[in-house]
Amino acid sequence: MESVWQGIREAVRLLVTGDPEVLRITLLTLKVSGMATLISLSMGIPLGALLALGRFPGRRFLMSLVNTGMGMPPVVAGLWVTLLMWRYGPLGFFHLMYTPAAIVIAQVVIAAPIITGISAAAFQQVNGRLRLQILALGASKLQTLLLLLREVRLPLLAAVMAGFGGVISEVGASMMVGGNVLGRTRVLTTATVMEVNKGHYDMAIALSVILMVLAYGVTLVLTILQQRGSRI
Amino acid sequence: MFTKNRLWVIMLIVFMVMLAAAGCTAANQEPPKEDAGQQGQEPAVKEVILATTTSTTDSGLLDVLKPEFDKQTGYDLTIVSVGSGAAIAMGEKGEADALLVHSPKDEKRIEAAGVAVNRQIVMHNDFVLVGPSEDPAGVRGKAVAEALKAIAEKQALFLSRGDESGTHKKELGIWEKAGITPAGEWYQETGTGMGDTLNVAAEKKGYTLTDRGTYLALKENLGLEILVEGDPDLLNVYHVMQVNPEKFDKVNAAGGQAFVEFMVSPEIQQIIKNFGVDKFGSPLFFPDAGKEE
Repeated sequence: MESVWQGIREAVRLLVTGDPEVLRITLLTLKVSGMATLISLSMGIPLGALLALGRFPGRRFLMSLVNTGMGMPPVVAGLWVTLLMWRYGPLGFFHLMYTPAAIVIAQVVIAAPIITGISAAAFQQVNGRLRLQILALGASKLQTLLLLLREVRLPLLAAVMAGFGGVISEVGASMMVGGNVLGRTRVLTTATVMEVNKGHYDMAIALSVILMVLAYGVTLVLTILQQRGSRI
Repeated sequence: MFTKNRLWVIMLIVFMVMLAAAGCTAANQEPPKEDAGQQGQEPAVKEVILATTTSTTDSGLLDVLKPEFDKQTGYDLTIVSVGSGAAIAMGEKGEADALLVHSPKDEKRIEAAGVAVNRQIVMHNDFVLVGPSEDPAGVRGKAVAEALKAIAEKQALFLSRGDESGTHKKELGIWEKAGITPAGEWYQETGTGMGDTLNVAAEKKGYTLTDRGTYLALKENLGLEILVEGDPDLLNVYHVMQVNPEKFDKVNAAGGQAFVEFMVSPEIQQIIKNFGVDKFGSPLFFPDAGKEE
């Protein structure tokens, strides 16, 4: 129990004194996971809308794939991205292995299905008659989509939270494709694993506290946005 | 009502832009461009991938050596810390430029296969058999093969790395020497690194074989004692080598060579000799460059 207190004290000290190493790791974590969430959003929302509103052959099959992908284990994503990006892999010429970009790609593989799935579910929830009405009032396809997007903004925020929460907390893929390289690809989760291996429990606890505060902070902002939105 | 709605949209846009800005900086960071051409030389390919064992990083040694290497040579060392088995497998696929490992049998195998070249001895330390102070199998002070025999007879809990690392290979070699094929409830494989395995052994009050460096680094939290040490069978030798650029055209030949030369240079050997003395009271590794095996 003593080591836990020591760890929490260490966490406070690191946060208050602004330890440069911890600061760098924290910023990198935010950047990588934020970028991955953003890319996943730009892919997932249109794809989700298409799956929910479109009518084309293979739609249900695609939907089942996306729903399965929502449970994509990070290590599986990590393994496949590794195989693709190794020097002698098909994408090896990009030289992305062990860079932050590699982690972003692996995290997109994890987050994109989550965001697509939740978006699709959100678009499907919209009352079908609303869409008919919008169309009947003479809206173009794009206008229809924008109006529907406004309808589903609250569940979409849930998608952002789920996607971001999924990638900021994963360790398997980051470790595999990032390699936990000091000053380059070391993120909060991989640093925590490493500190545990080194037996530095106080440091590991400190990093985990920072990670939780970070995840909570981002989610809190999004939740406030969501709840404010629901009052309109 | 309308203004509230607009506020909401603005906040969402701000959030998106912040994320995008953060993302751009992350992307810009990729080419590491600090300390370029420190010594007036600019290597063609800056990245040197070193595949190494968990013990060299978990002990903190490479955290000390990496900045030194980057400063001296202008390269950017990417340290991938896995077990010796996985490190050697990376070498065999041409996915690393240099290897720093401690699994002599496998090293000789890949040297013979033309995968590794310029293999040189760097340092040694030793393995120790650790276990709970009660020592239920009574192995204290025995030769290591005898100690494992006693553990097997008593069916006392033994934790194995089980990950084909150098330590795991060493352990299997000693079991073989003891004439025992370990199996059963009492023999458990963790499948993880040395630090994790020591933690499991401490938690379950079992025996395990560990390199001295990792044990010393973790000692205060463990409550495990060294029960067998000093047996010649327990010597732990680290070699550094290049991955053969003639076999793999994408390997950074000059970078790999630079790392091998760096590790055996007198200056670095001196750093290795003194590493850990201030913290643990004794060195974790003993420099060996230029010696016979």
